Amino acid sequence: MTLAERPAGVGISVPRLEDDALVRGKGRFLDDITLPGLLHAAFLRSPEAHGHIRSIDVAEAEALPGVHRVLRYEDLRPLLTMDRIPVAMPSGALKFDVDPFVLARDEVCHVGEPIALILAESRHVAEDAAELIMVDIDPLPAVVDPRDGLAPDAPQARLDCPDNLVARTSAAYGDIDAAFADAPVRFAERFHLHKGGGNSIEPRGVVARWDPMEERLTVWNSTQMPHRAKRLLVTTLGLTERQVRVVPPDVGGGFGPKFVFHPEELAIAAAAKLTGLPVKWAEDRYESFIATVQERDQFWSMEVAADADGRLRGLRGTLVHDHGAYTPYGVALPYNSATNLLGPYVLPAYALDISLCLTNKVPTTPTRGAGRPQGTFIMERILDLIAERLGLARDEVRRRNLIAAERLPFRTGLKTRDGGEMTYDSGDYAECQRRALAAADWNGFPERRAAARREGRFLGIGLANYVEGTGRGPFESASVTIGPSGEVVVTTGACGQGQGTVTMLAQLTGAALGIAPAKVRVIAGDTDASPLGLGAFASRQAVTAGSAVHLAAGKVRDKILAVASDWLEVAAEDLELIDGRVSLRGAPEVGRSIADIAAALSGSPGFSLPKGAEPGLSAAADFQPDAITYCNGTHVAEAEVDPFTGVVRLTRYVVVHDCGRLINPRMVDGQIIGGVVHGIGSALYEWMRYDATGQPLTCTYSDYLLATADVVPRVEVHHMESPTPLNPLGVKGAGESGTIAAPAVVASAVEDALRPLGVAIRDLPMTPDRLVRLARQARAAA
Amino acid sequence: MADTIEISLTVNGQPRTGVAEPRRNLADFLRHTLGLTGTHVGCEHGVCGACTVLVDGASVRSCLMLAVQARGRSVETVEGLAADGAPLHPLQAALSEHHGLQCGYCTPGVLMTLLELQRELSGRPVDEAEVRHALAGNLCRCTGYQGMVDAALAVLNAPAGGATPETR
Repeated sequence: MTLAERPAGVGISVPRLEDDALVRGKGRFLDDITLPGLLHAAFLRSPEAHGHIRSIDVAEAEALPGVHRVLRYEDLRPLLTMDRIPVAMPSGALKFDVDPFVLARDEVCHVGEPIALILAESRHVAEDAAELIMVDIDPLPAVVDPRDGLAPDAPQARLDCPDNLVARTSAAYGDIDAAFADAPVRFAERFHLHKGGGNSIEPRGVVARWDPMEERLTVWNSTQMPHRAKRLLVTTLGLTERQVRVVPPDVGGGFGPKFVFHPEELAIAAAAKLTGLPVKWAEDRYESFIATVQERDQFWSMEVAADADGRLRGLRGTLVHDHGAYTPYGVALPYNSATNLLGPYVLPAYALDISLCLTNKVPTTPTRGAGRPQGTFIMERILDLIAERLGLARDEVRRRNLIAAERLPFRTGLKTRDGGEMTYDSGDYAECQRRALAAADWNGFPERRAAARREGRFLGIGLANYVEGTGRGPFESASVTIGPSGEVVVTTGACGQGQGTVTMLAQLTGAALGIAPAKVRVIAGDTDASPLGLGAFASRQAVTAGSAVHLAAGKVRDKILAVASDWLEVAAEDLELIDGRVSLRGAPEVGRSIADIAAALSGSPGFSLPKGAEPGLSAAADFQPDAITYCNGTHVAEAEVDPFTGVVRLTRYVVVHDCGRLINPRMVDGQIIGGVVHGIGSALYEWMRYDATGQPLTCTYSDYLLATADVVPRVEVHHMESPTPLNPLGVKGAGESGTIAAPAVVASAVEDALRPLGVAIRDLPMTPDRLVRLARQARAAA
Repeated sequence: MADTIEISLTVNGQPRTGVAEPRRNLADFLRHTLGLTGTHVGCEHGVCGACTVLVDGASVRSCLMLAVQARGRSVETVEGLAADGAPLHPLQAALSEHHGLQCGYCTPGVLMTLLELQRELSGRPVDEAEVRHALAGNLCRCTGYQGMVDAALAVLNAPAGGATPETR
């Protein structure tokens, strides 16, 4: 596939269809939904990191005026088909069943775990009532640091699991012993990495309504995965597919956590069914910090073997991953870290032992980047270390290790988590790095550094390369339908949380049918509109839903052309679709409206359809990617660091990014820049901290810092377009990739800035206090 | 039900009255008592800025102000920037044009912050650092801020009589 074969609608920055309502304040987010008789929900949550529930006395709470019901596990269990919510993804590595309960049954395993659900006339009253519930909890020892949790004498994080090693897995290939035998360069390093939560500015939320006439449950859910939510509700509530509709309203950001089906989603739906009244729960920010999944801590211990010229021979080591108290996902998060470590480099041998340790903290699952920033951080730190040991330039050591363009498609030797070969499909990594260095004037940096030093400022530069597996399957589905009114309706299981999914799909449909994108109505993620679907994860929707819509719209186009060709008695190749009409090329008066064709295909009683036509101007398509498609990029950043205050100021940030063809270049830029800033937050600011007993310490945005407009640099984005052969659009995902290299490149730049002091960066985040301590230690050692 | 209180105030130039508990904050009053759901709530502790509104012309975190404190005062919300069906305010149009929003949840607060800045500047040119400083109290997780900074610079530095009718 070449760039010249660009499909229709690809490569145009169509203005976003989402924007008009949003800038007017007319979006419809979860908490904007009101229904007659609506009950408001609050949860009583565990104040203990670990404990045994002796009793829950709700009498006083239920007596409070305005309180409708207070529900405990035993009240909801009769509605459910099973004790636990079966959320764990298939994984042979998981040793124990640590699926969550709808409400705590007899053991609480993290601060914030829901214990009771209060339904009241207002959220205020529900929270008042929560304070009146008497819960007697016997505290139990908590596992906070996963390294301690793996010690033989560690307390149990969960009484139903004999030990805390919930899963052990590995990523390995090649002859690792041979790689290390006689290696001219050998060293070992430890890294303590942290990545925070998703922190969508809209927290989670659910509104559920049970219709007793139709015996049907409707759930408005601020989710990335409506179809998965539906399936879990069907399973746990013992309903049929017909009886459950999940629909996402406007969703105020996802970033990973809204992938996960949390216990509250079932609790609210069950409460609506039990009471027969609609129920709303809108998560507040404190709940978001203590009860929404996060990413958190990884402890890496790595050994490096390299040749004297800086080429990697092998990497081996261990990764201890903080899993949290439940498994809402599986082992994918640390496995992504392990596999993404490879990056765009030739690594002949690799052996990583991965331990997932249960802890008494909120479960961990992917947030934007999904473990990949950590793997990339390890590899890029190691390459910087090799360069330093050998006296090589950091760009040169990378150049020597990059996979040459002519070796693509390149089989890495690892398996993806669904068991496929991990094969990089397309790209030119060396050219990508070359362009990034040129754009950032890498070669001119020594002069800028010298000028800064003369003023007493510490300026550094860093670079990092990465790949990202995107467009994960198994499929996404779509339909395109035009009725006699002429309205074009697209349905899909994909759904947006700000990415511009509606615009992207309308753009592709409009281009195929000669209709303005603004006239295409996209119904995304409504399980009534799309019987099948998956949703937003793994930077996948442009690849999977985009391809499905492209295929479906192409079929509709073919139907239009076939009917018009018959009616107008001209060859289909001589027809074109413009502004809702199909007409003879160059003679627009010779044609018919698409609405006419839709009307004809809708049929009239007793009359035949146009010759050879199937009923309805409609088509459906599913796109099943054969394999994951890998985007890649290079980031270069300059940082000024004050070693006395530890403050880092990023003065320049350049990205060269290759996600194949760009459907809507401006929206892709928006994804990259937003991702970079998320990654800068991971690098410098975001840190979810706990005390030694498992109490969370950073539960406000004054304690847990997100990157703000005044501390982030302007991000300069350049694109390469290496189309992938793996889908008809030639596109790769772009939603997460901006985050992936940011911690690595910032670390590289910060370390470079403080090189005169001999500071070594091994841990994330690089907070001011940590940098000051490192600078002090380095000065003391010097 | 707890005691309630009648609260009269001006919202987007219109007199409005609602009945609420004294503990109801201004954000909830606007959203749930008056039905103006354009003002969003992101943190309820005054940091994220999603709930920013103008009270007597000054930006306020409506999650940190009680509704009763707004009695008799003039409140402006995102709904006041452009009437239904009317053309967008230049700041709204520029945010869209420069891709300064994605999910749109923080957007109403961003707009009210920029409206206040626009009035404070009253035509004086502004640089990127000043815009970034003004926006530092509005958390956005989607955009990386760049598009909203560009939107603000485009509107605030537009030639007089150009894209800035909003100079009351």
